Amino acid sequence: MRVPDERKVRVPRGGEARVWELGTGAPLCFLGGLRGLPRWPAFLDRLAARRRVIAPSLPGFPGARGHEELDDLADWVVAVLDLLEAAGAAGADLVGASVGATLAAEIAAFSRESVRRLALIAPFGLFDEREPVADVFALRKSEVAPMLCADPAQYEAFLAREGGEDEIEWQVTQLRAEEAAARLLWPTGDRGLAKRLHRIAAPTLLVWGSQDRVVPASYAKRFAAGLGGLVQIRSVEGAGHMAELDAPDAIADAVLEFLR
Amino acid sequence: MKLLWFHLMPYTRLPEDFAERHPSVWVDIDSRLFDPALAHGMYNEFMDELEHAAEVGFDGVCVNEHHQNAYGLMPSPNLIAASLARRTRDAALVVMGNSLALYNPPVRVAEEMAMLDCISGGRLVAGFPVGTPMDTCFAYGQNPSQLRQRYHEAHDLIVKAWTEPSPFAWNGRFHKLRYVNVWPRPLQKPHPPIWIPGGGSVETWRWCAERDYVYSYLSYFGYKLGKATMQGFWQEMARLGKEPNPYRAGFLQFVGVAETRAEAMELYRGPAEYFYGRCLHVDARYAAPPGYSSEATLRARVQSQVVQAAQRASSERQASAGPRFEDIVEQGYVIIGSPDEVADQLRQVATDLRVGQLMLLLQFGDMDRQLTMHNSELFAKRVMPQLRGLWDDQWENHWWPRPLPPPLRAAVRERARA
Repeated sequence: MRVPDERKVRVPRGGEARVWELGTGAPLCFLGGLRGLPRWPAFLDRLAARRRVIAPSLPGFPGARGHEELDDLADWVVAVLDLLEAAGAAGADLVGASVGATLAAEIAAFSRESVRRLALIAPFGLFDEREPVADVFALRKSEVAPMLCADPAQYEAFLAREGGEDEIEWQVTQLRAEEAAARLLWPTGDRGLAKRLHRIAAPTLLVWGSQDRVVPASYAKRFAAGLGGLVQIRSVEGAGHMAELDAPDAIADAVLEFLR
Repeated sequence: MKLLWFHLMPYTRLPEDFAERHPSVWVDIDSRLFDPALAHGMYNEFMDELEHAAEVGFDGVCVNEHHQNAYGLMPSPNLIAASLARRTRDAALVVMGNSLALYNPPVRVAEEMAMLDCISGGRLVAGFPVGTPMDTCFAYGQNPSQLRQRYHEAHDLIVKAWTEPSPFAWNGRFHKLRYVNVWPRPLQKPHPPIWIPGGGSVETWRWCAERDYVYSYLSYFGYKLGKATMQGFWQEMARLGKEPNPYRAGFLQFVGVAETRAEAMELYRGPAEYFYGRCLHVDARYAAPPGYSSEATLRARVQSQVVQAAQRASSERQASAGPRFEDIVEQGYVIIGSPDEVADQLRQVATDLRVGQLMLLLQFGDMDRQLTMHNSELFAKRVMPQLRGLWDDQWENHWWPRPLPPPLRAAVRERARA
C-alpha cells in the first residue's frame, strides 16, 4: 500500500481539516463512510492508480473537528462546500460512501457546479418503513463488524489501532466519528433528500454491496427513481454496507469505469 | 437531614421469564405485556403509597420521568405531581424531573412547573435531568450529539422565563420565540429550588457548583458503588472552593425494613429480585448512543475501573436470570434489616457520602401496597427519628422549598366524589 500526501487546509468551522492526496490524472474527491478514514484503504490505492485522489476529512471524522457546531442540514452543506473548495476538489468527480455518499448527494443537489460526475456507495438519506434502514447507532459491540461488513475481519483491520496511538485517544477518535455520523443521520438518515434528488444533474452511479445489511440494496432503485440525470446502478456481489472495504477492487473498478 | 420518599412506578406484572424471552425492559418492550386494566390498579396503588408516605411524615415525595419503560410508568411525572399537590399538604413535591431537551418549546416545563408550584403553595422542587439515552435518544428520537446543547439552552430559557419580569424574545440556537412571558409564574422566588439528577460526569458537578444547584445521584446500585461518585463530587466541590454543605447532595437508596433482618430477608427478596432481574433488564444497544457522553467523560470513564466494573457486572448479571437477593444485599444495592440496623447503616451512608437530601426507595419491583406501606410506616416511626438530627445542627438547607405560611394556604375541599 502506498502512502498518501497529507496536508491541512483551513476551514471556517472546525479549524483545520486533513486532506489526503495520491495519484495523478483528473481529480477525484472521496468522502468517507461511517468511520471516516482512520487509515488509507486499499480502495483508494486502486483509484489512485488511475486518478488524482483527494480525500478531505469531513467534520468530526478522523482528521477534522467541528461537527458539534453543525446543527442542521444547511450547516453541513456549507461546511462540506467550504471543505471541497479548501481542498481544491470543487467541480471534480465526487465519490462518497455511506454517510459521505449522503453528503455528496446533498452537495450535488444544492450546488450543481460543484460536482462533475457522482458515484454513491450505499448512501443513507431515504427511508422506507416497509424495508427500513438499520439502526447503526443501536448495536451491541459484537454486532457492529458483521453489520457493517460482509467480512467482519475487513472492518476490524480498518479500525485496528495503529502501533503508536494512545488507546483511549484512538477510542475517542472512533466515537467522535460515530457521533458526527449520528449528528447528521439520527435517527433514520432521512434529512429530506427525497425532495432534492431531482436537483442532481450530475450523471450518477449508484453502487451497492448485495449483502448490505444497513441500507438494503433495493434502495438503489428508490434513489434512481428520484434522480434527475443519467443514472447507472451497479451491484457488487457479496459486499456489505462498507462495500469499499469488502470488495475494494470491484468497487474501485466500477467507479473508475463510470467516471471515465 | 431530609428524608424523601421516591417512587419509580414499576409495572408489577412482568412475567417470570421476562429476561429470558425479551431483549429489553425499555425502548422496544413488548406492548402486549401491558394490561391497562392492571395498570389502573397499579397507578392508584402507587399514588396511595405516595400520599401515605407524606402522611406518615416523609419530608418530600419524589417522582420522575421515563418513556417506553416497564419499570417507570411516568412519562409525565407532572400529572402525578398535580394530583399529589391536592392530596398532600406539607410534603415537598420533588419532580426529579422533566428531561428538558424533550420539550418543545421548553417554556412548557416552565409553565407546568409554575402551575405545580402555585397549586401546591410553593412546595415544588424542580428537577432538571438530561434524561437517559433510552428515554431521550431512542424513545423520543433526540439527536445524542445535540442533546446536551439543547438541554443547556432549555435550562437557560426556563430560568430566564421564571425570573425575567417582562416579556422577552429568545433567539437561541435551537429555539426561536418572539414572546416569552410565562403565565402563571412560580410562587417561590426567584424560582423553585433546582436539583440536578446526574451520573458521574465532572462537567455536571462543575455546572451544579457554578449554578449552586443540588446534585443528586440516582443510583440503582446502592451506597457501595455510589461512594466513588459522591467522593468525586465532593473533591470537585472542594477544588472549586464550595462549602461542603451536605444539602448540596442527594442520593437514592433502596431500603427494606422489618422487625428483624431474617424477616426482612423473607419479605423483600421477591421485590428486589424482580427489580434487579426484570426491571433492570436493559439492552446494551440502547445504553450508549454516540455523542451522549462527552469526550471528557469518555476519557474519565475509560480510566475509571469502578464504573467499568459496575457496568460489566450489571450487564452480565442481567444476561442471566438476574442476581440473587443475598448478592443484592451484600453489594449494598438494597439496605435491609430491623429499624435499628437500617438506621445505623443509613447514618453511615449519609455520613460517608455526605448526603443531606436522602431519597429512599421503599417500593421497588413488584412490592404490593400492603408491604410498601408497612415498609414506609416502620421507616417513618422507627428509623426516621434516629436520622432526623443529622447535619441540622451544622448546616442550613438552602435548597428546600419555601412554601406559603399555613394561614395563606388554600383550603382543599375534602372528598369530592362524583
